[in-house]
Amino acid sequence: MPSRRTLFAASGAAFLSWDAVIRAAHAQTPPGVLVMAKQIDDVISLDPAESFEFTGTEICGNVYQKLTTTATDDPARLAGDLAESWTAGDDAKTFTFTLKPGQKFASGKEVTAEDVVYSLQRVVALNKSPAFIINQFGFTKDNMAQTIRATGPRTVVLTTAEPTATSFLLYCLSAAVGSIVEKAVVSARAANDDWGNAWMKANSAGSGPYRIVSWRASEAVTLDANPNAARAPATRRIILRHVADPSAQLLGLQRGDYDVARNLASDQIRGAQGDSRYTLVTQRKAGLLYIAMNQKHPILSKPGVRQAIKWAIDYEGIQRNIVPSNYAVHQAFLPEGLPGALTEKPFKADVAAAKKLLAEAGHPDGFEIGFDFFSGPPVNDIAQAVQANLAAIGIRARMLPGEMRSVITKTRARQHDLALLRWGSDYFDPHSNAEAFSMNPDNGDDARNKTLAWRSAWAIPELTARTVAAVKETDGEKRVAMYEALQRDHQQQSPFAIMLQDLEVAVARNTVKGLQIGVLNDRTNYAGVTKA
Amino acid sequence: MLLARLKSLAATAASIPITLLGLAVVTFFIGRVVPIDPVLAVVGDRAPADVVARARIELGLDQPLYAQFWRYLTDILSGNLGRSVMTSNTVWEDIARYFPATFELATLAILIAALLGIGLGVLAATRQGSWVDQAVRVFCLAGHSLPVFVLALVSLLVFYAWLGWLPGPGRQGIVFQDMVEPVTGILTLDALLAGDWPAFWDAVLHLIQPAGILAFFSLAYIARMTRAFMLAELRSEYVTTARAKGLSSMRIVWRHAFRNTAVPLVTVIFLTYAGLLEGAVLTETIFGWPGLGQYLTVSLLNADMNAVLGATLVVGLIYVVLNLMADLLYRLMDPRTR
Repeated sequence: MPSRRTLFAASGAAFLSWDAVIRAAHAQTPPGVLVMAKQIDDVISLDPAESFEFTGTEICGNVYQKLTTTATDDPARLAGDLAESWTAGDDAKTFTFTLKPGQKFASGKEVTAEDVVYSLQRVVALNKSPAFIINQFGFTKDNMAQTIRATGPRTVVLTTAEPTATSFLLYCLSAAVGSIVEKAVVSARAANDDWGNAWMKANSAGSGPYRIVSWRASEAVTLDANPNAARAPATRRIILRHVADPSAQLLGLQRGDYDVARNLASDQIRGAQGDSRYTLVTQRKAGLLYIAMNQKHPILSKPGVRQAIKWAIDYEGIQRNIVPSNYAVHQAFLPEGLPGALTEKPFKADVAAAKKLLAEAGHPDGFEIGFDFFSGPPVNDIAQAVQANLAAIGIRARMLPGEMRSVITKTRARQHDLALLRWGSDYFDPHSNAEAFSMNPDNGDDARNKTLAWRSAWAIPELTARTVAAVKETDGEKRVAMYEALQRDHQQQSPFAIMLQDLEVAVARNTVKGLQIGVLNDRTNYAGVTKA
Repeated sequence: MLLARLKSLAATAASIPITLLGLAVVTFFIGRVVPIDPVLAVVGDRAPADVVARARIELGLDQPLYAQFWRYLTDILSGNLGRSVMTSNTVWEDIARYFPATFELATLAILIAALLGIGLGVLAATRQGSWVDQAVRVFCLAGHSLPVFVLALVSLLVFYAWLGWLPGPGRQGIVFQDMVEPVTGILTLDALLAGDWPAFWDAVLHLIQPAGILAFFSLAYIARMTRAFMLAELRSEYVTTARAKGLSSMRIVWRHAFRNTAVPLVTVIFLTYAGLLEGAVLTETIFGWPGLGQYLTVSLLNADMNAVLGATLVVGLIYVVLNLMADLLYRLMDPRTR
């Protein structure tokens, strides 16, 4: 039997070797590898024809090229990505794209018109969630052979069903769903008429700066530099690690296990702001927080009441005190950073003016009303602040917190009174939000098109016609002016009090430079990231 | 005699499908009364009307409730749990991916909890009223009353951020990512199968914190139960007899008293294990552990009802099977049940 001394010595030795193991496991992130801590459990698929979530489209944006894209320094300016040039026919229905020469897929093969045609037809045929961005131009499985075709090795012709504004088409083609995949690779993996969808969920066949090495749901995504990219990225490997808890993200950043933390909370960002070890990358995102007022409610349908509510909310105070780092005040339906966005902020908290408006509308003593909102932070805090603002003018909001999808389900059934909601733009063109907020072609309960305006039962034949006219306007500048005018009228008349615009803040170690966060997720760019 | 034993076994086995049927009924109807439109989860908030209508029919939501339930039941019986909306995999594929992570965590946690819990419980019982007993009581009280997320975050702060002894969230270090070929999905086992020792150590180090925390909460319960069972035994007449015969106290405690408490303890440990196997949402979230608890929660919040129903059934099945195993062990260990 071993003596106590032997046991003691043995345990000491065990501890020392244990310590060595632990130290070995704690290297800093390796050079040439960037590790980002992020909530990535939203990824359903990395197939660009299917991916429509925040993280998925961000990855697609770095793995694939599109025909067109928007300039990084001026997001509203269109630029060619794979396309060198384009022309629109006189009928505004035929669009011819010429590809840049020498653009290569990760396999080393050159990108051809055939790949472009295959990729866009694939989107139309698969018809997954983001397909409507492409399909809205009239492409269908039946007509795609005629409407999407190659007329030369570097020439693609698209034919739309209706006369279309060039900028509208180009913005839509710049979305992640417009990514160009390598036909030979994808079609070789196709099974059961799935256009290679099953394989593409976790693999890539693109010409972007990176290629997918692996994706493990709710764990990690690994990307490696595409050796044949037109412009080689500065960092050879990008790893996105799923870290759900913001505090754990911060700890890992402090320890040096992560180079970038993507989902820190307001107070953590504030803490990092004054710390020289970190740099902050802040970007306005195409997401809005707004209050919808159901026009089926007899009181809310009065224009004076809607105006009173808009004048009661303390936009600046809410932003400053509750969400200083995660939201900015914004009051128009096009978020700043998107073409045509209106930055005017006509409303501010004015209790006297709001009370007067309420009295003129016949409710000097206010009224009681239901208020639905998502019960998670920080929306629940914002909802409480709004409740206090409304109480100041006599409106008693009955708080109805709920899970996000149950709140959406309720508004889709037009059963809410007031609801605090979020809306993110689907693609870069102003029509994405204009259609949602200012179009309601049929206000009947069983309407086909359940836009946000429909959900609040807002009958607007005139605004609907103007929105349709704006999307069809082929003169780019005139089109922007139409959207600005539309937003001004919408601000005053609509049953929407648009309050705040999302901000995304990435906190990086100060050795990391060049991370670009996009207004839309598919514009977030890793290619320029360097790590000292 | 043999016939009686077979009969009782058959009765226990017959209770399994009934329990599972009950579970299927309850989860199905809860899933239908949740105020979230399942179509929303499938096609998203932006889908055109015709896509929404098509999805509603595909999901069978246009059928009356009893028809939907019948369809669901026949699907389960043919082994088809459906497809998850969130991951677009079949629910079986998802469970096969998430369950091993939970299994690895829960098994290590229950091993630690059982060893320490029984040890502490016996110690406290044999020294009833002494400072040892009090210390165990305080320790267990902490295990019962501290919120798990507080302890998990404090543990991360101390062992990961300050001392740097243990790695942060996740199952693997960045260096080892994608290095081990998944065979069983149990990372430590896969690393061993591949003969990759550094990857094995890395996986073990990542396991220590979450498993330690889950073990702490379970051992509090096991220790308390052990103490109570032991006290009852130690007061028995056969123990007094044994003492009168002059047996050593070690022998009395472990060979006589403990053997009798082992029978109810098996049930306690198995049920605790079953509880751990259903996944610990908060621990899994904080430690970035892709386990069954996280899968169930994310699915539930996204109204992914196939995934919720499937995972719930699997959890139910685990409960029933572990219960059955506890029952069988009971019969083996306790001669009176034979």
